[in-house]
Amino acid sequence: MTEQTVSALALTELPSRQSFFKPHRIVLMAIAAIIVFCAIWFMRWEWVPKYSGALAYGVGVTLLMLFSTAILGFFLAVPIGLVQVTGPWPLKMLAKGFCTIIRGTPLLLQLWLLYYGLGSLFPQFPEIRNSFLWPYLREAWPYGVAALTISFAAYEGEVMRGAFAGVPPGELEAARAYGMSRFTMFRRIWLPRAVYRALPTLNGETVLQLKSTPLVATITVIDAYAVISKVRQATYLTYEPLLLLALIYLCLTAILVVAFRYFESKIPSRGA
Amino acid sequence: MADAGSLINWSLLALEPPGWGGAMLAGLWNSIQIAIGGYGLGLILGTGGAMGKLYGGPVTKDLLEVYTTLVRAVPELVLILILYYAGTDVLNQISAAVGWGQVDISGLAAGIFVIGVVQGAYSTEVIRGAIKAVPAGQIEAARAYGMSPVQIMRRITLPAMLPHAIPGLSNLWLIATKDTALLAVVGFSELTLVTRQAAGTTKSYLLFFCAAGVLYLMITLLSNVLIGFIERHYRRGMVRTA
Repeated sequence: MTEQTVSALALTELPSRQSFFKPHRIVLMAIAAIIVFCAIWFMRWEWVPKYSGALAYGVGVTLLMLFSTAILGFFLAVPIGLVQVTGPWPLKMLAKGFCTIIRGTPLLLQLWLLYYGLGSLFPQFPEIRNSFLWPYLREAWPYGVAALTISFAAYEGEVMRGAFAGVPPGELEAARAYGMSRFTMFRRIWLPRAVYRALPTLNGETVLQLKSTPLVATITVIDAYAVISKVRQATYLTYEPLLLLALIYLCLTAILVVAFRYFESKIPSRGA
Repeated sequence: MADAGSLINWSLLALEPPGWGGAMLAGLWNSIQIAIGGYGLGLILGTGGAMGKLYGGPVTKDLLEVYTTLVRAVPELVLILILYYAGTDVLNQISAAVGWGQVDISGLAAGIFVIGVVQGAYSTEVIRGAIKAVPAGQIEAARAYGMSPVQIMRRITLPAMLPHAIPGLSNLWLIATKDTALLAVVGFSELTLVTRQAAGTTKSYLLFFCAAGVLYLMITLLSNVLIGFIERHYRRGMVRTA
């Protein structure tokens, strides 16, 4: 997916402060304020204080899921992207097949395949049951982390492939002319330049990853979405918990976008 | 440890009722119907949305911005739940007000509506970007020839923006096919939910989830072949870039 496509799927820009205030916006904002006021006044929110602790915990789990899988996935994506550019053909085919399969099937299916499929297979092996990993493999979250990591690695691997291929060959030749070893060249020139090129897409992919995290609630991980589902079952309310959840995700996305803008402004660039 | 023979019981995939193959193919057909319907609805909404965002008045632009911002910032799963309940609720209240009483909304129609609204926001952004990639001189020339806005749209803007839009729109189609899986959460019996039922009943989880994965993968690979043809057709005469 190109940068434009990713930013069509995930919010990557926030309105600038200078262009924000225009005459007609004041009317629109007044209408929005009335709608929000009506929502607060006429809808039922008395459950919020009772569940606020659980909700904070859920948001924490969501963020933990997001960051752990994005970071793990990124470390997987670098070799996946790299071998597709320079690797020997068996590795190239392997990486390409991995990306095609993961990107061609729904994440929900992968998640259920790992949790129900592998989860039902593991207990049949006494070696696994007796290993130190077993207490973790009986929980749901390792499967959630694994599925989200694999998915992020596949999508980001494609991006990194493009980014590695897009680094101007002259820069790599210059590094070689300076007598850098292959690894030094990779560490000093190729990887930083590729990461810089991938950064705008990385922003979008991270927001997309945030949008995928609620799926782990379907395998009993208690994230923000699962807490809200529990509230809905306990209070018989349909809309209020979901609206609050949408607001929470909106805020998380906005924070992510602002954080990425900050990082991008920290990286020195001349013409890029 | 169980031996491999009992782990893979191929007869479970048979098309007749003891096997689940027929049910899974029916689920696949449901998924495809929703994907096509939702994608089509999304394209209509997206074209209108892109027009509104580029040529509409300030209020239209802002409202569309709110729509695309919300859809792009909130997880599909949450949107699908909200739209599913809100859509059926609103429809029921309208029909109650008109005096028809409760209407029974088919899961198919609700699914198409939900996927369509989500896809509409995505394709608004894709089509808007594609229209902006059309050289302004071409549209100005059309205006100078005295074409009406509708004629400009039909003769110049839409054909000229298509090559730019096709990569993004084809990605959206693949996303639409995969987003149908989310409808499993609201209990619509598309491929993923049928697979889970089959797996839960027969306890051969790996077999059924892998089979469903193969079906989804086949949709994706077939679509990729078709997209290749379409792209080659519409990009003919254009300078090849990378």
